[in-house]
Amino acid sequence: MSIFVYVEDWNGAYKKSSFEAVSYARIWANSLNTSVTALTSSVVSNPSVLGEYGADQVLTFEIAKTGFGLAQQLQALIQNASGVVISGTNFGKSVAPAFTALSSGALSSNTTSTPITISPLTVKRGAFSSKGIETIELSSEMPIICFVPNSIGVQEFPTACTVTETQAEGNDLLSVEEITIASGKIALPEADVVVSAGRGLKGPEHWGMIEALADVLGAATACSKPVSDIGWRPHNEHVGQTGIQVNPNLYIAIGISGAIQHLAGVSASKTIVVVNTDPEAPFFKAADYGIVGDAFQVVPKLVDTLRAFKADQ
Amino acid sequence: MNTLVCISHVPDTTAKINFTSDGHSLDATGVQFVINPYDEFGLTKALHLKESLGGTITVLNVGGPETEPTLRKALAIGADQAVRIDAIPSDAITVAQNIKNHISANSYDLIICGQESIDYNGQQVPAMIAALLQLPFTNACVGLDLSGSEATTKAEIDGGHATFKATLPMVIGGKKGIVEEKDLRIPNMRGIMSARSKPLKIEMAVEGVAPTKAVSFDKPVVKTAVRMIDPENVEELVRLLHEEAKAI
Repeated sequence: MSIFVYVEDWNGAYKKSSFEAVSYARIWANSLNTSVTALTSSVVSNPSVLGEYGADQVLTFEIAKTGFGLAQQLQALIQNASGVVISGTNFGKSVAPAFTALSSGALSSNTTSTPITISPLTVKRGAFSSKGIETIELSSEMPIICFVPNSIGVQEFPTACTVTETQAEGNDLLSVEEITIASGKIALPEADVVVSAGRGLKGPEHWGMIEALADVLGAATACSKPVSDIGWRPHNEHVGQTGIQVNPNLYIAIGISGAIQHLAGVSASKTIVVVNTDPEAPFFKAADYGIVGDAFQVVPKLVDTLRAFKADQ
Repeated sequence: MNTLVCISHVPDTTAKINFTSDGHSLDATGVQFVINPYDEFGLTKALHLKESLGGTITVLNVGGPETEPTLRKALAIGADQAVRIDAIPSDAITVAQNIKNHISANSYDLIICGQESIDYNGQQVPAMIAALLQLPFTNACVGLDLSGSEATTKAEIDGGHATFKATLPMVIGGKKGIVEEKDLRIPNMRGIMSARSKPLKIEMAVEGVAPTKAVSFDKPVVKTAVRMIDPENVEELVRLLHEEAKAI
């Protein structure tokens, strides 16, 4: 028996959520006293690095391009599983339910905890747009966990690890025409720090200071819904209920009032800083630290202070 | 062009969420229910397609009788007929199985779901329907163009976008972008009147054993009061973020 984990790569490179998935599998496997088998793309040049996070063996194969195709491959490759872990990236969210349907498994998506009890298996997951936390029980021979990136954290479990090449059939039911990745940008769902701005910035030409703040913090940039609706910033930066949900360690909101739709996408953040001219802005109620002040004065000062702080580190 | 739009009946975004005293389920007292916001974008896309290509829009919900006003609202917005599969939607795969059975017994060119519902935030059902039927699927779909039976879809992926081509029928997990916010329609009086006479069919559910079960619901821990910092003293903020929050 083994806990299987699909480890996603981006053009052959791993990200934090890849290692986090292996850590998750290791924690689960330890509670069952079993091994961890990682499944990953054969284009990755150093799959044995997964041993550092707890993988006992790594199977590499030429992965399908779509969630369904990969789900079929996982179904072929996963034998004698005690459970399966998939990280809740955009791609993972297509793979996990398809695999669940094919394998007649039980899936907890949007999972935010490692197993709380093992028999029966229970975990916690986000529900009601962060206004509730569900404890869910999975009763199946094939329990599948799709977790929220950054909710567990990467943990090291140095393990002797073997790498084996294999293959599996998967049918992509559609063809991939084009992939466009915004270069040099940090993907929002897995960013450690997010700097987000709203209508308080008065116009798209003022985003330079937001990018400067993001740059000094190594953060992803985001925006509120009105800002993406009026076209100041692209839709894929919109965080909130109908946009992207984030849960970084630090979320800095500049000139965003904090409508409930926005809070639904960000309230899982560990620390929230709000800068707003309006002391009555509802966002202050959800914040850890607040500054009532003009973004045009506060942000440049904050950038300078952070640069000095980082230089001292 | 026969389109199926799957609709979830969910608490309004601004609703206060409370759970029953045993913690097993949502306390629906005083909660206003609406069409799931993600599904509204999908329904509007279906209306656009009908206006250019003709055909019929069916809206479907898996739920109890209390969800019918939400289906009637979808009819008032412009769907032609509604189907309610009579079951408590407690688990994604059982919901997907029931929708799959309905699709197999009918003939649809396109199945549009919202990417996720804002109540259970599962983001499971659309991919499960597609996998059960072995149909092409695009999740986080922010663009859909049809040319005959060929569909071009645009999806959000981590850090960018992807474009796919597929042959209909296919399943979409849609979100804002498939149509824009300003395209969303609210029912007018004529729509509301005509919705009353549009068919709303109730279908029996196939009971399956749900592999997942909600044990309990809790509310998130309430944040301690915000710590206000003088705008002249951002050094203090940096210090607190480093020493107290350990966030930088």
